[in-house]
Amino acid sequence: MEKIYLDYASTTPVDPRARKAMEMYLSEKFGNTMSIHSFGQEAKVALEKSREKVANLIGAKPKEIIFTGSATESNNLALKGITFAKGAAKRVKLLKELSSLKKRHIIISSIEHPCVVETANWLEKQGVKVTRIPVDKDGLVNPLDIKKAIKKETILVSIIHASNEIGTIQPIEEIGKICREKRVYFHTDAAQSFGKIPIDVNKMNIDLLTASSHKIYGPKGAACLFVKEGVRIEPILHGGGQEMGLRSSTVNVPAVIGFARACEICKKEMKKESQRLTKLRDKLIKNVLKIKNSHLAGHSKNRLPNIITFWFDFIEGESIVLRLDLLGIAASTGSACATAKLDPSPVLLAIGLKPQEAHGSLRISLGRRTTEKEINYLIKVLPKIIKQLRKISPYGK
Amino acid sequence: MANNLYTKKVIEHFRNPHNYGRIKKFDGLGKVGNLVCGDVLWLYIKVCKDKKGRETIKDVKYETFGCVAAISTSSVVTDLAKGKTLEEALKIDSNKIVKSLGGLPPVKYHCSLLGVDALYEAIYDYLLKQKREIPEKLIKVHQRIEKEKKEIEKRYRNWSG
Repeated sequence: MEKIYLDYASTTPVDPRARKAMEMYLSEKFGNTMSIHSFGQEAKVALEKSREKVANLIGAKPKEIIFTGSATESNNLALKGITFAKGAAKRVKLLKELSSLKKRHIIISSIEHPCVVETANWLEKQGVKVTRIPVDKDGLVNPLDIKKAIKKETILVSIIHASNEIGTIQPIEEIGKICREKRVYFHTDAAQSFGKIPIDVNKMNIDLLTASSHKIYGPKGAACLFVKEGVRIEPILHGGGQEMGLRSSTVNVPAVIGFARACEICKKEMKKESQRLTKLRDKLIKNVLKIKNSHLAGHSKNRLPNIITFWFDFIEGESIVLRLDLLGIAASTGSACATAKLDPSPVLLAIGLKPQEAHGSLRISLGRRTTEKEINYLIKVLPKIIKQLRKISPYGK
Repeated sequence: MANNLYTKKVIEHFRNPHNYGRIKKFDGLGKVGNLVCGDVLWLYIKVCKDKKGRETIKDVKYETFGCVAAISTSSVVTDLAKGKTLEEALKIDSNKIVKSLGGLPPVKYHCSLLGVDALYEAIYDYLLKQKREIPEKLIKVHQRIEKEKKEIEKRYRNWSG
């Protein structure tokens, strides 16, 4: 049985071209970027070239890119780094009043990734005020809500660019503009959108941006935080002072090189690939919605080319995912039963789904290896699976 | 198929669940679980007297809304209960279910309890309809389930804000 991977939003396979670029930096050019000898300098040169390539994808300057180990780390660094920075208060000209952490205020949306949600929760425990902006039924944040929520104590707005669960793309440029006008830093978690749709940090008024390697066919263990020139953040890892003092740790050079190569490939292939996936996405949506009592989550147009979330009445998502897996198809769900916490996805609840509806969700995410044949196969088997599970269910009869 | 989360037995029951469906003229029905939590199990029993005059579960069926573990548990509990006298059926517990499935992930143990609860509730329902004396064990289970239902309803109210 040939396996079909439709969970690219979870992680992607490393592109052979990225892998090839990395290989030499594992055992041959293995130096530590902090060493002054030739081994170290060779690695350092490669690191700086990589920085340039990553920056290039979002219209940033190389020195604005800080390499980290994961998008989770980047998001932690952005939220904590801004909250704890002295410069944050300076910028809003409230240094004296804001000297206490307890007076600082940050804004996030109600559909952030857990690593932003939990970081904000932790900051709240330290005394920071946190506002969570609701979204509409399509998962969109209303920029005016953010404008209203900004107070003189607000130091940061952090809004996810495209939702990892429903694919909805936020009006980032507008939100960025509001933040700029109000002189508040703006961070966006672009882990799902980076490399998939065009991003220009200048045009979009972005001060900080999180991106990850393993979502764009680079290796796991590399990510970055874009920090606009002049924006001061406090590091959360202290040590040898790597990455301009903002992320102490020996740099994972092979992973960073793979990440940078993956960025180059995305830049080159983005347009064509996104058109191809959009076609497949729309075909899938059209056909799956033919199943009775099935629904599409997220915005109908403002959405990523590769993430599609449905929910099916009367049945539960983990069962759908495992039935698909038995047929060799890998997908994912926001159902509580598939998590350790046994709570349904907060993102799906935020867009107005009832818990029982969130339990019936199925996320399909497409990628570079996805073919029309695979989508056709899914379209063929999914209605049968839904029917089988509904036969067992007490509801909908 | 390799699955680190579920045993072969669980997957087997999930792939081909036994005894699912409805008994139209049932003698007892146990409804447990809650849609909000993602697990609902309705278990139907048909009771007849065997040759020795003992009340026996002649047929048992279920309908389940839920995850892999919930469906496998439903399948196994009905297998275990089928043909058993009521007395024997009341000896089925969650340990027996987990054992029959070759184990369950700890986070899914509650699903096995759901299976037992549904069976006990169906027998409770049967005895109640027959206006018979109900063993204390069943009354206790019934009271706990009612209490849990109220707690979940309260939680759901919070959720829907």
